[in-house]
Amino acid sequence: MSYIPHTEQDRRAMLAEIGVTRIEDLYEAIPDHVRFPELDLPEASNEMDIVRDMEALASSNADSRSYACFLGAGAYDHYIPSVVDHILRRSEFYTAYTPYQPEISQGTLQTVFEYQSLICQLTGMDVANASLYDGATALAEAVSMALSHHHGKRQKVVLSPAIHPHFRETVHTYMRGEDVTLMDEGTLDVDLTAITAAVDDQTALVAVQYPDVFGRIMDFEALGKRAREVGALFCVVVNPMALGMLRPPSTFGADVVVGEGQPLGVPMSFGGPYLGIFATRDEYVRKMPGRLVGETTDTRGQRGFVMTLTPREQHIRREKATSNICTNQGLIALAATVYMTVMGKQGLRQAAEMSFHKAHYAASQIAKLPGFELWNDGPYFNEFVVKAPRPVAELNLNLLSHKIIGGLDLGPWYPSLQGHMLLAVTERITRDQIDQLVRVLEASSHE
Amino acid sequence: MSEPLIYEISSPGRRAIELPKLDVPEADLPQGMLRDDLPLPEVSELQAVRHFIRLSQLNYSIDTGFYPLGSCTMKYNPKVNEDVARLAGFAFSHPLQPEATVQGNLALMYELQEWLKEIGGFAGMTLQPAAGAHGELTGILIIKAYHRDRGDTARVKILIPDSAHGTNPATTAMSGLQVVQIPSDARGNVDLEALKAECDETVAGLMLTNPNTLGLFEEHVEEVVAAVHGCGALVYGDGANMNALLGVVRPGDLGVDVLHFNLHKTFSTPHGGGGPGSGAVGVTEALKDFLPAPVVDQVIADDGAVRYTLVTPPKTIGRVKAFHGHFGMMVRALTYLRIYGRLGVRMIADHAVLNANYLKARLGSTYHAPFDRICMHEFVVEGRWDDAPDIRAFDIAKRLMDYGFHPPTYYFPLIVHEALMIEPTETEAKETLDAFAEAMLKIAQEAHTEPESLKSAPHSTPFGRLDEVQAAKELVLCCRPEPRPQTSLA
Repeated sequence: MSYIPHTEQDRRAMLAEIGVTRIEDLYEAIPDHVRFPELDLPEASNEMDIVRDMEALASSNADSRSYACFLGAGAYDHYIPSVVDHILRRSEFYTAYTPYQPEISQGTLQTVFEYQSLICQLTGMDVANASLYDGATALAEAVSMALSHHHGKRQKVVLSPAIHPHFRETVHTYMRGEDVTLMDEGTLDVDLTAITAAVDDQTALVAVQYPDVFGRIMDFEALGKRAREVGALFCVVVNPMALGMLRPPSTFGADVVVGEGQPLGVPMSFGGPYLGIFATRDEYVRKMPGRLVGETTDTRGQRGFVMTLTPREQHIRREKATSNICTNQGLIALAATVYMTVMGKQGLRQAAEMSFHKAHYAASQIAKLPGFELWNDGPYFNEFVVKAPRPVAELNLNLLSHKIIGGLDLGPWYPSLQGHMLLAVTERITRDQIDQLVRVLEASSHE
Repeated sequence: MSEPLIYEISSPGRRAIELPKLDVPEADLPQGMLRDDLPLPEVSELQAVRHFIRLSQLNYSIDTGFYPLGSCTMKYNPKVNEDVARLAGFAFSHPLQPEATVQGNLALMYELQEWLKEIGGFAGMTLQPAAGAHGELTGILIIKAYHRDRGDTARVKILIPDSAHGTNPATTAMSGLQVVQIPSDARGNVDLEALKAECDETVAGLMLTNPNTLGLFEEHVEEVVAAVHGCGALVYGDGANMNALLGVVRPGDLGVDVLHFNLHKTFSTPHGGGGPGSGAVGVTEALKDFLPAPVVDQVIADDGAVRYTLVTPPKTIGRVKAFHGHFGMMVRALTYLRIYGRLGVRMIADHAVLNANYLKARLGSTYHAPFDRICMHEFVVEGRWDDAPDIRAFDIAKRLMDYGFHPPTYYFPLIVHEALMIEPTETEAKETLDAFAEAMLKIAQEAHTEPESLKSAPHSTPFGRLDEVQAAKELVLCCRPEPRPQTSLA
């Protein structure tokens, strides 16, 4: 049997040592009327046939290796240097558990420490944890941290409607049945003035996205100041790639920075596994969720690293823990660490700026087409919204026949943006691909 | 042996990756919104590679040795899983693509849902939760929504046995419910009388790990379930220990209403040094409508054509994360399950249980097992002896490293003194178990004859014991190579 090494002789010897005659004898505690069910499942297969089947399934999808992908909205097709996956494929990293034994886990522990350091540099914050599940759950954890920071005395949370809808939906799920008033879409205008006005002395946390779900770059300094005045925590949801060129959220007075780390060297992989970034100020370190790795020394005087401040965590504090998180995104945090290292100071900025310039080129070309209109009116990063002359789904069908994955139809997310398409451009997209996108959009707009 | 930090091998101007020249005109950058400095490392590709490879060599891993970490199911992670997950159609498809362009992905998710439903005995399945604890949160929110939907708002308590994983009470608190702890009886089962005394109309559910964290199958599981159902509450199954039950018994058949699977334990997806996991949640017919959105459904047209689509259950609790869950882990888990097939899944449990009982027998009378019963996939012994009073489980664990083994889980479950929790898994050969048993017996001897060799262990590892007190006191959580960029608001 695959992956099970026992010979018949082994089994006999082992059963004899245990003092039973058959493996079935080991299951006597299990009620016999439900023991050994007949399972309605396929018969066993083998590596060769499974690979063939899986290749067929995979190749029935459209993907960004055979199509030009202009879809973003929270997952982006940035270039991933070869080194990243070579490191991830090291057995010593991917087949290790959580580093509970520091003497034989310094590889994992030091890379987590480096990850924490890189995220602090990128966001400008004091402290970052070892990762949460994704950007959406990181935002939900920020909300929980803010509520607990205010000891349940503040129940209002203001979320900009321009935060990714999946992130906001996740916060709603986490807060189900809690005595919390969430102000977002439906109660709040997407305008920054309205968001600022909604922040008052009952607000536990106000959160915005940077760049927002429409790609817009806004200056949140005034909002940060307002949050500070009324004692609300100020949370900025970031795209870490954008921070390769943009001011870090610390300059707006952010108390918490969360974000989806996928752009940092992680394949889109149909939505996961990704990486939840969570960084904050020193003063909240004991209230933050998730694992932390800290520096120390060993008995031989060597610098080493251990998991620290574990009394915040579920395995010690149980129901008093700051979160129930246990397994996090360790290997994906390693991917981001290797990515930020090999891209480095110059490379990350270059990838961000290339994405920026290419998006602006694409937007300017599309805006020239009859019937199309650029919706964004201020600065934006690598994503923008265009008003289209025909239903977005129809345009996307045409694009697909030209090997292009078009932008997101914003109608289902924002009813007021019916007929609007959200397009993302990364450094992987070439000018030829943009020109082809523009030609197909032009042709399909007057079909 | 220690490796410099990446910042310590950085030199201004050095770089690894070159990107192509910009092939479009430059647009105006948003002045006033740009950062002054980006303090990331500057290293060559070879420097980066050596750095991370050297670090990897400081790790212990399944591929380098036996990893009998109780409760973690550190089984072999098949290599083919890694290849399949990286196929371009899987790895480079975008989660928001039109459904027609990702039918392969949706078919795969549907097939995995069906496998897990059949293995667990459930009517509905979500693959969205990111890990076990996330699955717990999903499950408890479903239970809460179920009661609320019936207008039953007085149910505010979750009963949790004292042997439970720490995530259970933490999840309960996160869900806004109260924890009521239930003691264990002398045979390691839930104390049935204590449980019955707590069962009333204020109870929302029981969180039951079965086999429990002692590695024991709950002997009165049907009475436990009946007591909980009898008061109108539901049973949450913590599926962390499903490796013992594959093809042996289906939690749904035992009356469990909701259960999370850990794809990263039971179904061989790698632990990755702490994650990512994947925590599919199965539910009964009565709870299907509350599953997080979306789930994958199959639509068969009149002409027999099959299509897969994402649907939102009518009373959904909402989404628990962005997109569809850890798809890359689903690919690995399904690849693994297909290798074993209908009859093979039980072979996994059979050999996991065989290995655990064999190892327990080998440790025999040397290590005291507080609940001396046939165990399931793992077992717990005490790491202490009255005649070696200085020795603790911790010392035994550290000494095991000198013999080339990863230590078992220690000090858990909390109800056993100096607990050592050992889970060998089915992928280990008898020879490996024998070598581990020999080391354990040798250490027991050393504990009595040369306790110092345990107290100062490990000796042969790249690092000695690390000072956790210093780490918590000095709290150095990131390195700050340069002055901080652009100061925050004055």
